[in-house]
Amino acid sequence: MSALGIAGWRVERRTVVLFAVLVALMLALGLTGLCYGTSWSTPREVFAVLSGAEPSVVIWDWRMPRVLAALVFGAALGVSGALFQNLTRNPMGSPDVIGLDAGAYTGALVAITVLSGTSAQLAVGSVLGGLVVAAVIYLLSYDRGFSGLRLVVIGIAVNAMVTAVNSWIVLRADLEVAIAAVGWSAGSLNGVGWDDLGIPFTVIAVLLALMATRAHAMHQASLGDAIAVTTGVGLDRLRLLMVLVGVGCTATVTAVAGPIAFIALAAPQIGRRLAGAAGVPLLPAALTGAVLLQGADLIAQMLLAPVALPVGVVSTAIGGCYLIWLLTKEVGRA
Amino acid sequence: MTARLTAREITLRYGDRVVSTRLSLDVPDGAFTAIVGPNGCGKSTLLRAFVRLLRPDGGHVELDGREVGDYPAKALAKQLGFLPQDPQAPDDIKVRQLVGRGRFPYQSLLALWSKQDEEAVTGAMAAAGVTDLADRPVQELSGGQRQRVWMAMVLAQQTPYLLLDEPTSFLDITHQYQLLGLLATLRDQGRTVIAVLHDINQACRFADHLVAMKDGRVAAEGDPTDIVDAALIKDVFDLPSVIVPDPVTDTPMVVPTLQGE
Repeated sequence: MSALGIAGWRVERRTVVLFAVLVALMLALGLTGLCYGTSWSTPREVFAVLSGAEPSVVIWDWRMPRVLAALVFGAALGVSGALFQNLTRNPMGSPDVIGLDAGAYTGALVAITVLSGTSAQLAVGSVLGGLVVAAVIYLLSYDRGFSGLRLVVIGIAVNAMVTAVNSWIVLRADLEVAIAAVGWSAGSLNGVGWDDLGIPFTVIAVLLALMATRAHAMHQASLGDAIAVTTGVGLDRLRLLMVLVGVGCTATVTAVAGPIAFIALAAPQIGRRLAGAAGVPLLPAALTGAVLLQGADLIAQMLLAPVALPVGVVSTAIGGCYLIWLLTKEVGRA
Repeated sequence: MTARLTAREITLRYGDRVVSTRLSLDVPDGAFTAIVGPNGCGKSTLLRAFVRLLRPDGGHVELDGREVGDYPAKALAKQLGFLPQDPQAPDDIKVRQLVGRGRFPYQSLLALWSKQDEEAVTGAMAAAGVTDLADRPVQELSGGQRQRVWMAMVLAQQTPYLLLDEPTSFLDITHQYQLLGLLATLRDQGRTVIAVLHDINQACRFADHLVAMKDGRVAAEGDPTDIVDAALIKDVFDLPSVIVPDPVTDTPMVVPTLQGE
């Protein structure tokens, strides 16, 4: 029996090993991110800065926020994807595919073009945009019951429309605003600094902690509505929490870094397969998301160095191939 | 006859489609109740109302005199176990994990997996005859094996009530009788069993209390020996038949007289 009992938790040995490997990979990629730049730093220099022995503007003020943002945002996107894939019971039901990223981006665009575009306005705008799109999709796809596939298909259509609206807003905007908005529209961590991260990290930490307390119920809900209810899951409240946390995570990331696509789509499924776990669990999704986004950001910086690409370009290129494969597989199954 | 679980004058509907109007039923304690009737007569709907998957539109569904809708979710889940007709397992789940999901009502954030949980799962797998499958992925099993795994999950829930919607439907004839025998044993151990069954003869053989439904109402209920006759079968199923004693148990056995055109 390959199960370990840890303080009443029943954990498969494979899961423990996987977590160790993913955390190690996260740290390694993070360290690489701190070393990499127009001038390479040695790990020794990086550790000296981290331990506070040596000050370095480049490592501590430029690279560190970017690496932390990639890891934390990647985890948040991974969890957000896992939540929506659980809600829709469909591997394509992730916030970037069904238009929540695009909706959050609309909210942010409105905040920039109509209001003054402070970071608080961006955050609130993104969350509202994401929630409005979520509500629209839900209402359009509700027909005496709730079908994950129907929601996904309608979400893809809504995504296309919201993306068109976003282009329209950008075209109508002043030139300066438009240039800033376009640079950000692919999803980018370029120029992220410490000042940008305080509020988003706090929000994400609170949302993830909240969801962690209900993860067990979420796994129970993957048995379908009937058995979830009759084994004691408060399904309505759980669903509401999942939507709020999922939209909250996606929108918070979008407010800072723009709509970074495909991490939320791919991370939960990759994590699930690596863990050999039942359903779509949250922790593997979070760790895989962190690894994916940090990896994609490194590639984005290296590909056309010294010009740094928006990370969203890389994640979209890789994720697009994955989505095509997934679509052919899902269509074959339906 | 005492009944802790009752439906009083309930009206059940899906949207505009009314299934039952002012339906009442007492579920006798410690007995095996079988619900039979033609397709679409409201058997499953009634079962769903008992486990509060469907809120009645008027009337009361009560356990121990308290509306089932007023129970905290986990408290009710420790009383009523339910197996729907076509449950879906999450991808890649193993048999033991799925059976373990029946322990959800007993678990909390701080006490996720206890020794009682382990014992309940082991016992439930043995009772349902799926111990040998423990480490197999559920999606690789045959329909019949899967059905017994789900049965084990509901047994692990250790509820005094078992409500089962056509539990024999994916089973071959041997496993059908084994499952019905298991339900009778559970009844003998003091549990109350309510099952929607398709086969009237199996229902007559195993049930203490037979409920025949038609068009959303109870056409007849009682001991099968007392209520089953050719007139009832004609009324409920619109099927001409003769009733003979079951050669094994002496319970009523319905033999249709239709022989094709």
